[in-house]
Amino acid sequence: MNKDVSIKVCMGTGGIAAGGVDVIASFEKSLAAAGVRATVEKNCSMHKVGCRGFCARDVLVDVIIDGNKSTYQYVKPDMVERIVNEHITGNTPVNDWLVSDDYHTFHNKQIKVVLSDCGEVDPEDIGSYISRGGYEAIKQVLATMTPQETIDVIKASGLRGRGGAGFPTGAKWDMAIKAPGPIKYLICNADEGDPGAFMDRSVVEGNPHAVLEGMIIGAYAIGAPYGYVYIRAEYPLAVERLHLAIKQAKESGFLGQNILGKSFDFTIKVKLGAGAFVCGEETALIASIEGKRGQPRAKPPFPVQKGLWGKPTIINNVETLANVPYIIRKGADWYAAMGTEKSKGTKVFALTGKILNSGLIEVPMGIPLREVIYDIGGGIEGGKKLKAVQTGGPSGGCIPANLIDTPLDYESLGKVGSIMGSGGMVVLDETDCMVNVAKYFLQFTQSESCGKCVPCRVGTKRLLEILTRITEGRGREGDIDLLETLSSDVKTSSLCGLGQSAPNPVLSTIRYYRDEYEAHIYEKRCPAGVCKDLLSYSILEEFCKGCTACTRVCPAGAIFGEKKKPHKIVQDVCIKCGACFETCKFKAIKKG
Amino acid sequence: MEEKLDRILNNYRENEGNLISILQDIESEFGYLREDAINWVSERLDVPAAKFYGIATFYAQFHLKPKGKNVVTACCGTACHVKGSERLINSLVKELDIPAGEDTSEDLKFTVEKVNCVGACSIAPVIIVNKIVHGKMTPDKLMKEMKTLKEGKKEYIDYI
Repeated sequence: MNKDVSIKVCMGTGGIAAGGVDVIASFEKSLAAAGVRATVEKNCSMHKVGCRGFCARDVLVDVIIDGNKSTYQYVKPDMVERIVNEHITGNTPVNDWLVSDDYHTFHNKQIKVVLSDCGEVDPEDIGSYISRGGYEAIKQVLATMTPQETIDVIKASGLRGRGGAGFPTGAKWDMAIKAPGPIKYLICNADEGDPGAFMDRSVVEGNPHAVLEGMIIGAYAIGAPYGYVYIRAEYPLAVERLHLAIKQAKESGFLGQNILGKSFDFTIKVKLGAGAFVCGEETALIASIEGKRGQPRAKPPFPVQKGLWGKPTIINNVETLANVPYIIRKGADWYAAMGTEKSKGTKVFALTGKILNSGLIEVPMGIPLREVIYDIGGGIEGGKKLKAVQTGGPSGGCIPANLIDTPLDYESLGKVGSIMGSGGMVVLDETDCMVNVAKYFLQFTQSESCGKCVPCRVGTKRLLEILTRITEGRGREGDIDLLETLSSDVKTSSLCGLGQSAPNPVLSTIRYYRDEYEAHIYEKRCPAGVCKDLLSYSILEEFCKGCTACTRVCPAGAIFGEKKKPHKIVQDVCIKCGACFETCKFKAIKKG
Repeated sequence: MEEKLDRILNNYRENEGNLISILQDIESEFGYLREDAINWVSERLDVPAAKFYGIATFYAQFHLKPKGKNVVTACCGTACHVKGSERLINSLVKELDIPAGEDTSEDLKFTVEKVNCVGACSIAPVIIVNKIVHGKMTPDKLMKEMKTLKEGKKEYIDYI
């Protein structure tokens, strides 16, 4: 045998949670047992790769023999031996375990720029990134371009900040290059705080060198000798890979003094966030790096005028920076050719919730939401009906099912009352209560409000109280109007983005689902059957077979009855957890 | 203790920007922010202890009380929320006898924490048991896991 074998095992957080570590160990064992390394003369290598997006099918394993790639899904350690024996030594892929057609549909409508190397490169090996063209962009920039020319390329590409607000990156850099003084800072914001978003984690875990290369190019462009990556401590794997990548980049001469022989110095430090959502806000993030409580301050002065330690500072999001090397390599025109008139390029979304194919996707700007949900996402889980798509996390809003043809770009999303945000996309189905969703986000923003300004500190608290009483059946006449007035006050008078956007989930759910609010307030009814206080469970005697399954799962001991005779639920004892409803095979439990 | 704290301080000599890093290291060394440790560091650096407490109470990551031997973290991200994380938390609190208003059981065996989002939304709902991420959790699976932990059959395993 004389063949080239390469095995790639998905080792993002999703892959590891699904057992990736054990799968790698099994491969090593089975390969050794089958004597593959001895018989395969050319090469047999095993790579840990980062997230390839389709986390719902983890552990995903690529087996590449002489350039022919087969991908296996749901791989468990005990499946490895057969794959090695039949496929690697025997040349016949194990067809039953290969990915199905929808794996390819999932990828076909995507255009990958930021994610193009995720799942292909070994994030723990700089050589792997270099072999796919990595660090070519910084070489090109340093050899042939002035800082201003570099900024002009980014401007021409139309790249806008991927952290949420969508400020043009080139324009931001332009302001920084004009800022006076030799000391400037470039900060990479990896404090991905939106619940339901994991784009930045996956990029740092899957291809940390692209982020570093983007930072180095940015630092050269604006003239910053120092850089920071501010990353969440909740992402241990990303932190570990980032540290390793910085070390390797330093050893290879891409970081440090006189980079690539030019008079250009740049060093990067990693700062761990300590768990505060507000630290994603620029001035709060700076305060946190300075070792203070992460509270925002009034702007101006903007960070580009007076930022970290009082010096001009630029803060770019992970995904923004990861785009930069690809734009330099392939040209501004190539990038600007993708997307819409005002929103160029691609955007990474974390597609999650009640969707069949959840995972990380990258699509051209302007793609209709429908294509994302049905073609890439494969539709709603369990054949249920789509109700809404929540984008932009706690600062965003809900797009109702009837607006599913909305194109995904900054402007169109703004028009329907939501935002692009950092890219979280949570799909909700008919069993989700929109008042409860609004309450969930307010709980989040209320507890994350830093407390510095009154409108946000007190306003979010009051909003939450009103939402809570509505979901508990104590809603009053006029509550909807009160929510609307208070929301607009909090929006206009809060100090930072957190407060200014916190009421968005409330306003957007009232806008599209006013009837649900009314049902809660006036009829004391939760149409989706979520709000516990408005629910009761009872047993339909004619369907109950007396199998006792419900009595066994009831954590409160609220169900009684003789075997093979209809059971009963004691309403005073019932905690409305719904365990019986899910357990009953005979549909004898009535919710309502 | 002083030896350990000395080592932590030596890593962060440069400037005041490292107060958070110092607290993070104390937390990971002792499992929580011990009062005597903070006082000691405060004296050595000539930074008021109040400043440390100001930071410690601002960020969710810091604890002023000791944590349990086993730490069970429930993700409360949006995807986990719509897939039933609240039920998981309720069953954890009940099964592990966590007193109301607290996050650690009286025998210091278990701490139940909530975290905003761990970014593993594809496999929601997510529970992290002693730093190991478990996806697609159900109350049944979780209770089984807790029972083995309670009986001491599973020891603390570090992240990869």
